[in-house]
Amino acid sequence: MEATVEVISGGPVKAKIIVMPRKEVLDPQGEAVQSGLHSMGYDEVTSVRVGRYVELELDGSAAEAEARVKTMCQKLLANEVIEDFQFTVES
Amino acid sequence: MNVAVVTFPGSNCDDDCHHVFGPVLGAKTTPVWHGDSSIPDGTDIVVLPGGFSYGDYLRTGAIARFSAIMPAIADFASRGGRIIGICNGFQILCEAGLLPGALIQNRSLRFICETVPIRCETTDSAVTRNCTENQVLRIPIAHAEGNYQLDDDGLDRLEGEGQVLFRYCSPTGALDSAYNPNGSKRSIAGIMNAGRNVFGMMPHPERISEDVLGGVDGRLLLEGLVCP
Repeated sequence: MEATVEVISGGPVKAKIIVMPRKEVLDPQGEAVQSGLHSMGYDEVTSVRVGRYVELELDGSAAEAEARVKTMCQKLLANEVIEDFQFTVES
Repeated sequence: MNVAVVTFPGSNCDDDCHHVFGPVLGAKTTPVWHGDSSIPDGTDIVVLPGGFSYGDYLRTGAIARFSAIMPAIADFASRGGRIIGICNGFQILCEAGLLPGALIQNRSLRFICETVPIRCETTDSAVTRNCTENQVLRIPIAHAEGNYQLDDDGLDRLEGEGQVLFRYCSPTGALDSAYNPNGSKRSIAGIMNAGRNVFGMMPHPERISEDVLGGVDGRLLLEGLVCP
């Protein structure tokens, strides 16, 4: 889990969250996409993992948002049994 | 026995559970709404039925676990109350942390609706006490996300403590990846918690509890569950 806080003043705080299946967990969707790419002739593709991208807009400061977004990821947006997450917060 | 059946927005096997636990098995069933904050006094068993709670948005069971009723269900579990989650109910129990692991998309990416053989792995539970060890039952499955995942240490612990209830198997009871319909780790189809009072399974015993529906293998399990 990595968090980057870019403090750029003005505008609402935006969190950009990426949730990916953990490396050791089977990713049936990624496998299906890989086989689709291979059947199109893109044989150079050796791995595909399909995850989820979530954007949040939040009130308050970016610094406050960081801890809260991390908790949101841990409690709801990702399931750490099967997924890893990373996010950035910017304002 | 008093059975509380919880209905979430998108549950669709709740009526089946009322029918089987009620008229078929003779228990008294009470509907509980996801927005309720308590379960009825005197409840012996809580059932989380199958369906697509909250449209399966985000992950199956992920939103349902934050329903108003869930703290009361966690409290009931901690007091030793029996809870069974069937299909979507199993997914919710995993998301809520009342059972270990998680259920992801089937390996095939397809929704699978068929009757499959499963093997009883332990008779030391309310659900399987009427079975014999390694007994093969035929129970319907109907899911797109039944692929049970847990890390190897967790799986070893589950097996070591005898918490695996069922595995998918061949018609004669052999474990074989060809008979693992969804890609579940170690062919796991159902588990229980360490306290042996919270049960989760992807197959639907309530769909095969009357001869008119093609068999009574499911009834064997639910009769065990409702026995004091």
